[in-house]
This record gives sequence, C-alpha cells and structure tokens, in this order.
Amino acid sequence: MAQVSMTVNGTPVSGEVEGRTLLSTFLRDTLELTGTHVGCDTGQCGACTIHVNGASVKSCNMFALEADGAAVTTIEGMANADGSLGTIQQAFQDHHGLQCGFCTPGMVMTAAALLEENPKPTEAEIRSYLSGNLCRCTGYHNIVKAILAASGQEVAKEFAA
Amino acid sequence: MYAFDFERPSTLDEAVAALGAEGAQALAGGQTLIPTLKQRLAMPETLVSLTGLAELKGISASGGVLTVGAASTHAEVARQTDHPGLAGLAGGIGDPHVRNRGTIGGSVANNDPSACYPAAVLGSGAMVVTNAREIAADDYFTGLFETALEEGEIITALRFPIPEKSAYVKFEQPASRFALVGVFVSKSEGGVRVAVTGASEEGVFRWSEAEAALASDFSPAALDGLSASAENLIGDIHGSPAYRAHLIGVLTKRAVAAAA
Ligand SMILES: Cc1cc2nc3c(=O)[nH]c(=O)nc-3n(C[C@H](O)[C@H](O)[C@H](O)COP(=O)(O)OP(=O)(O)OC[C@H]3O[C@@H](n4cnc5c(N)ncnc54)[C@H](O)[C@@H]3O)c2cc1C
Ligand code: FES
Ligand code: FES
Repeated sequence: MAQVSMTVNGTPVSGEVEGRTLLSTFLRDTLELTGTHVGCDTGQCGACTIHVNGASVKSCNMFALEADGAAVTTIEGMANADGSLGTIQQAFQDHHGLQCGFCTPGMVMTAAALLEENPKPTEAEIRSYLSGNLCRCTGYHNIVKAILAASGQEVAKEFAA
Repeated sequence: MYAFDFERPSTLDEAVAALGAEGAQALAGGQTLIPTLKQRLAMPETLVSLTGLAELKGISASGGVLTVGAASTHAEVARQTDHPGLAGLAGGIGDPHVRNRGTIGGSVANNDPSACYPAAVLGSGAMVVTNAREIAADDYFTGLFETALEEGEIITALRFPIPEKSAYVKFEQPASRFALVGVFVSKSEGGVRVAVTGASEEGVFRWSEAEAALASDFSPAALDGLSASAENLIGDIHGSPAYRAHLIGVLTKRAVAAAA
C-alpha cells in the first residue's frame, strides 16, 4: 500500500491505495464520490470521464498513484456553489440530453473540456469530441443540442432529431 | 488485475535501474497497458512509471528535425505545428481522453499492427532514440508487437526529419477507431516514403512500388493502375486481405492528395 494525495473538486484528500488501484476506484470506493460512473471498465465508453489538471481522462484507465499531487475535477464539482445545476448540467436538463443518465457524468465532463478548449464549437466539432463517450439511450442528438446551448449558441429548430 | 509493486523514479537512470529487475515493466500513459493488465494478459511484478522523467518530455524543432520526447501525449503532438502530417495523425488517435494520456513512446514501443504512429515513424524515416542508442525506423519494427528494443530499454525520444509534404489517412475500424488500414506518405529531399499500417500480418511496412511511382510524379494520378498485393495481409471480420489491399491503393491516393 502507498499513500496518495490530491485535490478533488478543490478539497485536499489523501488515502491508502495499492499500485493497481484505479483512479475511478479511489474516487468511488475511498472518497465515496459515486457520481463518476464505471460502465465498461475497458477505456471504451467514457462514463468515467473526469478532469486531471484540466485535461479530460478516463478514470478507469489511470492508476490513482498517477494522480498523486494532481488537481482533479469530477461531476460533483460541476454544480454551482449554492448547489444549483451548473450551466452545462442545466442545458442537459433543458434539452433532454439524458434518459437513463448513466453516461451523463462523462458527457458533462467531456462537454466542459470541449468548451474550455473551443468555446463556440460547431455541431460537427461537438460530435467528433464525443467520439469516446457512448450513450445507449438518447441517440446523441439532444446531447449535441445541450452542448450547443451551453456554449451560448442558438439551437436550430430544424436540427434533425 | 494481479497485484504488482509500483515505482515512480524521478530520473532516467533510476528508471533504467528499476527496469533491470526481474518482472519489471514500463508504464507510460497506460492506455494500452491498463486494459491488458485487466485482462490478465500481462502480469508484471513491478510497474515502473515513466511519467516523472523530465528526460522524456518536450517537443522541439531545429535544423529540419522535430524531436518529440517519448512521454509526449497524443494531444501534445497534435498541437505542435512544425510537422502538420504528424499533428494530423496524432489528433485522429482514439478520442480526446485517450489523447490526453496516451504517449508516442508507448505506442511505438507497443507496435500494435493497427496503431497509427508506426506508419509515421516508418513513413518519415524517423529515428527511435533510447537510453542506450539510436535505431533507424527501417530496423526498428520487426513484426507484430515486436520491435528491436531490448528487455528494459526505454525509448526517450523520436526524431522526425520534417518532410516537405506529408499526410496520414486512415480507414477506421468502426468500433475501435484504430486503423483498419492507414497510410502515411511523405515527400522530402531524401525521396518519397509510403508506410502502411493495419494491413499486414507482419505489421507496418513500406509499399515500395508506390514509392517508386511517386518519386518522379508526386500526384494521385501517378498511382493509377498500381495495386497492392493481398499476400500476407490480415483477413478478419472487418475485411478480407483483398479488401485491405484495395484500401491500401485508395488511401495512398487520398494521402498523396491531402499532402500535395
Ligand atoms: C479507446 C482507445 C482508442 C484507441 N485508439 C487508437 C487509435 O486510433 N490509434 C492508435 O494508434 N492507438 C489507439 N489507442 C492506443 C493508444 O494510442 C495508446 O496510448 C498507445 O498505444 C500506448 O501508449 P501509452 O502511453 O498509453 O502506453 P502504455 O499503455 O503505458 O504502454 C504500452 C507498452 O509500451 C511500453 N512502453 C511505454 N512507454 C515506453 C517507453 N518510453 N520505452 C519503452 N517501452 C515503453 C509499456 O511497457 C507497454 O508494454 C487507443 C486506446 C484506447 C483505450
Ligand atoms: S468505464 Fe471508463 S471508459 Fe468505460
Ligand atoms: S442516457 Fe442512458 S446511456 Fe446515455
């Protein structure tokens, strides 16, 4: 076992982990931040997406020890300080960007990374950025609409749905 | 995943020493190795993380050569502007999250027959720099998941001569987005190189007939009538050897058009 320390959603945390402890496991089991979902556990689906030092990563495909000293943001860090939904979360609700909600934490974290990099993405850029995030329910259209809306852009009425 | 010890050396020398131990294996971005460990296809006694090594970091261009530290992520390589063909290739690997963790050194060490980077390394005539020596691309790739690296040898950097023109085009395997076939072409003073990944049972290779045809006329039309042989090509549920051979011709033309 080894000691690992990091900042998660602005709060310093530390814990004992094994070499093989995944970052997703540390977040969910040790810190009990279960908003980060584990879908495939093989690096394919993106449900476990979080930010490490500002970059989006799949937390099931990274060891906790590799995040030693890092600043981590998870879906629990996306709400406003008063507990109300953040801009991207609110846009997902307004545009019906979720059904079962399993993929949603990863989708929101991916959208946040995209908008950080590219504040006014086109529809095609959004779809391409979502290539590592799978959704079994929505068919993606409403997720794309939600991200367009969150970026402050007009969501076209005739947008194929 | 079986248990293993985890070491985090802070210098290249310490890492080389740690990898000299029985059952030790290097960990870079983990985007290939972690799924492999989960499937218990690898069972190292010790993982030696390369993330803390300053010697493996940084991208710089000088004297017509782009030097890319082995720990550079695909996202970092995609952001550099000195070698647009290489940037385009890196920006098309996997998805944004994989590109933020996966490294060029890890990909070139792994030499997956469907990986993208081996095509750029062979197709630009790059040098693979390790803690011990420099290996020319033509001598480096020796088969499926096989390279000239010795046990415990660490790739520290890749040195790409910057070509006049280059481009990479891949036909994605629809589920994994790896290359069903991918072609990297480059034109420089030293000549034309065409490297093909995803297609051969023996891993990445140079298509010499296409290189000869393009040497005098670097245009898609120069490839008219030329077809790649289906011998030794991969056949699986995604495509037969004949289909892959056809794709090699089509993608080489597209890559030349994109580079021109
Ligand atoms: C969802 C997904 C999609 C992907 N899509 C693509 C794709 O489209 N195209 C593509 O090419 N790849 C793709 N990949 C693979 C990805 O590019 C990996 O990042 C890469 O193959 C391995 O790099 P890594 O840094 O993650 O290495 P690791 O997984 O950490 O290591 C891989 C191997 O290399 C060894 N190694 C690592 N660094 C060094 C070094 N410096 N010296 C010596 N040995 C070393 C390790 O011991 C290990 O055996 C994908 C991966 C995922 C999860
Ligand atoms: S749970 Fe991590 S990518 Fe699917
Ligand atoms: S809302 Fe159900 S998986 Fe996306």
